[in-house]
Amino acid sequence: MAESDNIVVETAEKIFADLADPQTINNDKQGTWQAPLWQALSEAGLPLAWVPDDLGGSGASLADGFALLNAAGRFAVAVPLAETMLAGWLLAQAKITSPEGEMTVLPASPKDRITLDADGALSGRARGVPFAKSAKHFAVLAHGKDGFSIALVAAAKARIEAGLNVGYDHSDTVTLDKVQPLALKAAPKGLDQTTVMLMGGVARSLQIAGALESMLDISVRYSNERVAFEKKISKFQAVQHNLARLAGESAAALAAATSAADAIANATSFDDEVYLEAASAKIRCAEAAEKGGAIAHQVHGAIGFTMEHILHRYSLRALAWRDDFGSESYWAVELGKLVADRGADELWPLVASR
Amino acid sequence: MTAALRFDPIRLPEKCEQLRKEVRAFLAEEIAAGTFDPHQPNREDTDAPEFSRRVGAKGWLGMTWPKKYGGQERSFLERYVVTEEMRVANAPTRRFFVADRQSGPVLLKYAPEHVKMDILPRICRGEVCFAIGMSEPNSGSDLFAAKTRATRTDGGYLINGTKIWTSSAHIADYMIAIFRTSPPTKENRRHGLTQFLVKMKQPGIKVNPIGQITGQYEFNEVVFTDHFIPDDHVLGEVDGAWKQATSELAYERSGPERFLETYYVLTELVRAVGPNPDTRSAEGIGRLVAQLHTMRRMSVSVAGMLEAGKEPVVEASIVKDIGTVWEQQLPHRVRDLAAFVEETATNRETLERQLDFAIKTAPKLTIQGGTTEVLRGIIARGLGLR
Repeated sequence: MAESDNIVVETAEKIFADLADPQTINNDKQGTWQAPLWQALSEAGLPLAWVPDDLGGSGASLADGFALLNAAGRFAVAVPLAETMLAGWLLAQAKITSPEGEMTVLPASPKDRITLDADGALSGRARGVPFAKSAKHFAVLAHGKDGFSIALVAAAKARIEAGLNVGYDHSDTVTLDKVQPLALKAAPKGLDQTTVMLMGGVARSLQIAGALESMLDISVRYSNERVAFEKKISKFQAVQHNLARLAGESAAALAAATSAADAIANATSFDDEVYLEAASAKIRCAEAAEKGGAIAHQVHGAIGFTMEHILHRYSLRALAWRDDFGSESYWAVELGKLVADRGADELWPLVASR
Repeated sequence: MTAALRFDPIRLPEKCEQLRKEVRAFLAEEIAAGTFDPHQPNREDTDAPEFSRRVGAKGWLGMTWPKKYGGQERSFLERYVVTEEMRVANAPTRRFFVADRQSGPVLLKYAPEHVKMDILPRICRGEVCFAIGMSEPNSGSDLFAAKTRATRTDGGYLINGTKIWTSSAHIADYMIAIFRTSPPTKENRRHGLTQFLVKMKQPGIKVNPIGQITGQYEFNEVVFTDHFIPDDHVLGEVDGAWKQATSELAYERSGPERFLETYYVLTELVRAVGPNPDTRSAEGIGRLVAQLHTMRRMSVSVAGMLEAGKEPVVEASIVKDIGTVWEQQLPHRVRDLAAFVEETATNRETLERQLDFAIKTAPKLTIQGGTTEVLRGIIARGLGLR
């Protein structure tokens, strides 16, 4: 993506460049970079970008927030920025004020369910919750007998079994056992678990697209430096064609993700057309993460397979992000069902709807 | 960033949606009248002169061109809508689509005024068919190795040599071709070729049809023997065709026809699996639809950039690379998924007949109009690798 003309993204990119340089982070085995980075992001109001001023946030538009997530992907940022943004967005849907500090969203998978009982307590288990371990609060979407509710829960009230995803970021199992939330309100009409999953899925799609842009960038640069058989490997046609395919995967991911983000930012409801955009983005970006990441590694050879090299920060995270908020397999089945239900002659009108 | 690829989320403006309704209504009428069968891509009616004239009468040919040449001065995005609706309906566009997409714009840019005034309005009326004369028996992707000679004579040139794989040459009224006017120079092997407008069905031109593996006869060998071309049919700079060839490629490479060629098998698969697909079919269809949607978004994005006056050559090449590989694989993926379709599906025979044809069509899709290898070379150059 070209240089940003978006002030939110500009601010973020400057912070990422100063405090989240991939090589510096990669060399820092103690993780001392995390606190200053989070502090700078918080001071700039970025984690609560999607929260209106009167609910404790900085009130950026959906579009600006999505562009910020794409930039975060380009730096493979490994702090709960996307998660806190999504949590703040969810809380704001029910006019619940966001607290300070790291947050994440429950559930993070379409199959998991948190239930609300008659006493206003929350129970259930959510697997694969990104950054639950470092979150201070959870934004929870709960099923009650009267429909969906949105709740703010203190992380200390939950049982957390820590885990790591393939990108070495926390992906934890969170169990709520009759937990009383700090705040609880009915979800607005039309907001259900699918909405939250699609929103999370588009966030992940933008991050994957960003990571692929960087993988393309560092792979092209490496191929222009590395010499083998007495010439730069960028001069070998086989390498050129691999990189052209990586550019294609990166382009497809970027197009799918930014289109879905644009669709959501301008949507009045999550209709079939927005569903097509968001589900397609997650499916196509996940596929690109696999195909594109494999090429980036192939170009780098053995050095890219080391912990010392930064490539894995992008390639493994992009692969890990596939799993959050519904994998590509899940969304493909759901999208396939939607298409089948609409019928053969309604497929093209759906695809050509905008 | 070394690679600044742009695919901004372009949306089709409201006027496009009105136009889309008109095109769909027109095509529905044509289908009802028996002009063509949308479920039957393998047929003999791909050359439909009357249909071509009716499309022209609607104002849908040359629609972006100036009004004085018969155009409508409408946007590329509107043209995009017409193109994709025609393609999805399997409409018989053979007679006009090359002229509309490619040849007309070349004439607009390089032909003398009187030639433009003569030919462009006839393209807009759907009256004339164009072919493109690039490949020769010993030069295909290596365009600038073309040997067919244009030798200076009184008031024009004499053409001798052979073009090959020339689609529609057997029905074409004109061809835009490159011929050798000078030898290449040491400094520039692309030097020495000139673009010409050729009037077909004239002395000195023999068109020999070539059978394709689909069973169709769409392409031809075109043999020139002392064929005369007048001076005013030179298009652009003598010996300088190489400067003209590249900028048009973005138009040619990124349109909906670059991923919709075998689309019909996907529609038919959805019909065959019915409203309650099993998990395997649902997942397969979902992935294909997600991929299709993504390519269309990329393609519309490039159309939007063209409309804005940009030349997204690399982006267009990416669309064609990904799009043609996808439409080539599509019939095979649909075949995989169709393996477990119920014997009782009412359209089973239609699907099987379509797959039979699409599978035979597939190999050409990554060859015609610039091979995958050529496209990846262009993308690699755009990435700064060559």
